[in-house]
Amino acid sequence: MNTTSTHFVPPRRFEIYETTLSPVSMWEESFKNNGGIYTPNSIIIPTNAKPDSLSEDTSHGTPHKFDQEASTSRHPDKTQRRLAQNREAARKSRLRKKAYVQQLETSRLKLIHLEQELDRVRQQGFYEGNRVDTNALGFSDKMSSGIVAFEMEYGHWVEEQNRQISELRTVLHGQVSDVELRLLVDNAMKHYFQLFRMKSAAAKIDVFYIMSGMWKTSAERFFLWIGGFRPSELLKVLLPHFDPLMDQQVLDVCNLRQSCQQAEDAVSQGMEKLQHTLADSVAAGNLGEGSYIPQITCAMERLEALVSFVNQADHLRHETLQQMHRILTTRQAARGLLALGEYFQRLRALSSSWATRQREPT
Amino acid sequence: MDKVLRMSSEKGVVIFSKSSCCMSYAVQVLFQDLGVHPTVCEIDKDPDCREIEKALMRLGCSTPVPAVFVGGKLVGSTNEVMSMHLSGSLVPLVKPFQANLC
Repeated sequence: MNTTSTHFVPPRRFEIYETTLSPVSMWEESFKNNGGIYTPNSIIIPTNAKPDSLSEDTSHGTPHKFDQEASTSRHPDKTQRRLAQNREAARKSRLRKKAYVQQLETSRLKLIHLEQELDRVRQQGFYEGNRVDTNALGFSDKMSSGIVAFEMEYGHWVEEQNRQISELRTVLHGQVSDVELRLLVDNAMKHYFQLFRMKSAAAKIDVFYIMSGMWKTSAERFFLWIGGFRPSELLKVLLPHFDPLMDQQVLDVCNLRQSCQQAEDAVSQGMEKLQHTLADSVAAGNLGEGSYIPQITCAMERLEALVSFVNQADHLRHETLQQMHRILTTRQAARGLLALGEYFQRLRALSSSWATRQREPT
Repeated sequence: MDKVLRMSSEKGVVIFSKSSCCMSYAVQVLFQDLGVHPTVCEIDKDPDCREIEKALMRLGCSTPVPAVFVGGKLVGSTNEVMSMHLSGSLVPLVKPFQANLC
């Protein structure tokens, strides 16, 4: 706090010397009349901030100076009165300015505190880059540090993802060797696998957070299936972009899609059963008794299974990617990964656009 | 362990599960989708539940349930079953045990 004050003071002292003649002449008069009103504090005047009061004083100042010299001999009483009025005006002016400066200093401190508050809230995970929309109720839940760390890591993950997609795009438009392409494809695959590892760690900390896809943008969340994308849907989206495919490849991809669908169905049904058993646990006993510790304890045990479902869903995504990599050539895989990456970029762009769309005036 | 070996050597697909285990249920559903009727052993209903769990872990299962045996041989848990299915190697494995629908 001391530093802000000292930052304030020096520039203003210099400003004083650049001001119009009038305020200085006011002080000269004060000196001549044993100006007891003059205090060191009153030097600090934000001259550029309050031009109005300055001009107000100016009108008193300048004529008085000449009056003083011209009329001292002729009308001493009038002069004395004018000088007194002038002193009074100057004193009031200084007090006003002092009050104003103190107000400015208080506001500035408030601003600093607010900025610090904002930074802290930002670091708690509201990534503007990933989520334009905010929590529906407008306040942030108390997020654990593990989830905060996950959100920050995810932000970096998306940045790296965008970089990789750009690189793939550039490279595929030109001439590129299979060797170089294979390297890019492997990196892209590893990048996805890294995300699954991150999610697995976060699921142990807060499985509901992962289940609800809170780190994703709104459009991505619309397509959510157990904390991420649905592998069979993705295959459907990407299939046309692999052309041309050999007959065997077409067969393999179709089989993969069907297997994916069956695996997803099985896991989905398992999830439904989990929901039913959880609901049963919560509703067990006498609903209305007011005490329900055993029910909560039982429900907590059931909830443990949710983590394994989130992990299994990611396992399906992992395996689907792995199988596609096996079925496709390097070049096809590169094109597929580019298409996949851009598909998610488009979903994120959709989220942003939707959040900031202009509403039609009603 | 004897119990495990005896139960798992039953013909076809054997799934060791628990009545409360939803993932075991998911695996069951998958096999049913493939036209197989798996034998489900709910070990929590067995008095030797703890022993069976330990035996399954010793055989190499990451989690005691679900544990899937096909034709007497251990396939593994959910991860292994799903990986096999996505790679296309599960269907040929269970083909001899698919219910004849014709």
